[in-house]
Amino acid sequence: MTKLATTAEQKPSPLEEPLRWYRTMCRIRRFDETIDELFAEGKVHGTTHLYIGEEAVATGVMATLLSGDVITSTHRGHGHNIALGGDIKAMMAELLGRTTGYCHGLGGSMHMADQTLGNLGANGIVAGGLPIAVGAGLGFQLRHQPHIVVAFAGDGALNEGAFHEAANLAAIWKLPVVFVVENNQYGMSGSVKDMFAIGHLAERAVGYGIPGVMVDGNDVFSVWEAATKATQNARDGQGPSLIEAVTYRYKGHSKSDANRYRTREEIQQWRQQDPIDHLREYLLEHDVSVEDLDHIRREEMQAVAQALQFAESSPWPTVDILEDAVYAKEETSYA
Amino acid sequence: MPEMTYGAAVRSAMEWEMERDSRVFIMGEDIGVYGGAFGVTMGMVDHFGKERVRDTPIAEEGIVGAGIGAALVGMRPIVEVQFSDFIMNAMDQVVNQAAKIHFMFGGRMSVPLVIRGPAGAGTGAAAQHSQSLESWFHHVPGLKVVMPAFPADARGLLLSAIRDPNPVLFFEHKLLYKIKGEVTESDEGLPLGHGLIRRYGRHATVVAYSLMVHRVLEAALRLEQKGWDVEVIDLRSLVPMDIPLILESVKRTGRLAICHEAVGRGGVGGEIAARVMESEAFDYLISPLLRITGLNTPVPYSPPLEQAFAPSVDRIEQSLEGWLTQEVSLT
Repeated sequence: MTKLATTAEQKPSPLEEPLRWYRTMCRIRRFDETIDELFAEGKVHGTTHLYIGEEAVATGVMATLLSGDVITSTHRGHGHNIALGGDIKAMMAELLGRTTGYCHGLGGSMHMADQTLGNLGANGIVAGGLPIAVGAGLGFQLRHQPHIVVAFAGDGALNEGAFHEAANLAAIWKLPVVFVVENNQYGMSGSVKDMFAIGHLAERAVGYGIPGVMVDGNDVFSVWEAATKATQNARDGQGPSLIEAVTYRYKGHSKSDANRYRTREEIQQWRQQDPIDHLREYLLEHDVSVEDLDHIRREEMQAVAQALQFAESSPWPTVDILEDAVYAKEETSYA
Repeated sequence: MPEMTYGAAVRSAMEWEMERDSRVFIMGEDIGVYGGAFGVTMGMVDHFGKERVRDTPIAEEGIVGAGIGAALVGMRPIVEVQFSDFIMNAMDQVVNQAAKIHFMFGGRMSVPLVIRGPAGAGTGAAAQHSQSLESWFHHVPGLKVVMPAFPADARGLLLSAIRDPNPVLFFEHKLLYKIKGEVTESDEGLPLGHGLIRRYGRHATVVAYSLMVHRVLEAALRLEQKGWDVEVIDLRSLVPMDIPLILESVKRTGRLAICHEAVGRGGVGGEIAARVMESEAFDYLISPLLRITGLNTPVPYSPPLEQAFAPSVDRIEQSLEGWLTQEVSLT
């Protein structure tokens, strides 16, 4: 593990935006910590993939999106939807399987997405969303719309055939797609050191004739800076690019993970580069008070607690919704 | 009414929709200047341009997925898969994505996508280019499956498939592309899920679809000479399936046979049989039912072997005759 320096040369000013990011990152973390606790208490069933430790990636990328842009998300998608501005009440209710959830309890952890905010779907299949992202970009190009697509992927997705086909299609058609690879070091238990024969995943971009950059995914400024360039290029008709955001997940891959493939020391080392602490230090250095930051964090903890209360008091769905849920009666599209 | 080939009817539906609706476009391998492996898209690129008649790399998973993504942002894509066998390369996108997006996101999105391509044996293309895999898609909730037998149906059902808000698999049997029939070039689509009685009869109901409709009709003509009066149902679409039509017919004839080219094991015929057995039509059955299907093998190459694989008119005639005769001797 190498400590990546904060290389961002640009910083947004004034502090309004970094403060908003801080709030978003606190919300993501508290949301997923709560999910973790609920699992331990047996209140949530199935499985879930927590975004804890990776908050800077979604937050920095989403800050560069405009109205009408869309994303495709992954199985580790809670953070993406929250960073887009998703409703944590509807997310919590979905996780608890309630009728007030985003998907009325039909989807669960891996299928929570707010399409009205441009989220075309979290995805239970590794790399499954990447060809879909390319198609959304094609749709925008065919209709001469100014929107762009951000396709999130984990490191594991880069070894799926779907990534290869999607990256090539986006490249040959010069589609407005930014591939954001969240390299959290492990595809379940498979270390990137064992599963790739290249040093940096961003090198894959070369094979498709598109730009690829590697950034410190725990530094929201670096992510924001790289995403600003990549999304601007996509908007300018210069085609796709790839960002490798180097980060780490503190929690196991999913609920069945006993962390046998890594050491406690390694996790501790990464915790010392925590993305939220990192941003907090920056804000403190720029004369934001501890009190103000703590206030933000408390507000977000309260918001998540309220979301949980809302979810727990929401009704369970009944089986009569199933029959009509399989086929669409009319078209529902976004963008 | 103008006469056109089945292939031309498919093209006519796509052209009609592309003229009518700017959201419709087609992509696939070699569909532009080449005109598609079976010539279905011949000339379309000259009229609609390379953007809307889009040649793709050989990347079925990528292009089916791209069709889904384009559909999600408001387009109406048609993906041509060069041989329907190649949809196997795109199964994740078809089964895990397209079929489930509407459901698993709680109805918040729909996928108006058509995946069409040639199916079936009879061209000497061997095991990986000759399959009839419709039962796989028939099995997956969220997909619709259409398999027309005649040019007019190909055109009318494809219009409806393109206009449908759900993912539709549209299979065209290779041996049907050159058959001719009268086709009205109207804006009216044929509703999915409506079968048709192609021939009325009183001794037995034979349910078929795609190429087998033609072979069953021919066998029925021969049986007529021998005193057997067979009713022939053309399903036209498998999902949704016109179960009421089948039940109504079986109640009149008292006998049910099912004929499809796909291998028998796990085939659509088993489902049709089960639906009849579970219904009130069961009480009207006067004999065991009969399935006439492809052999339970991959499609072989050598002409005599390939001919033996799919039900031929001879095999259908003999099977039906033996079955009908056996029943009579039993009663």
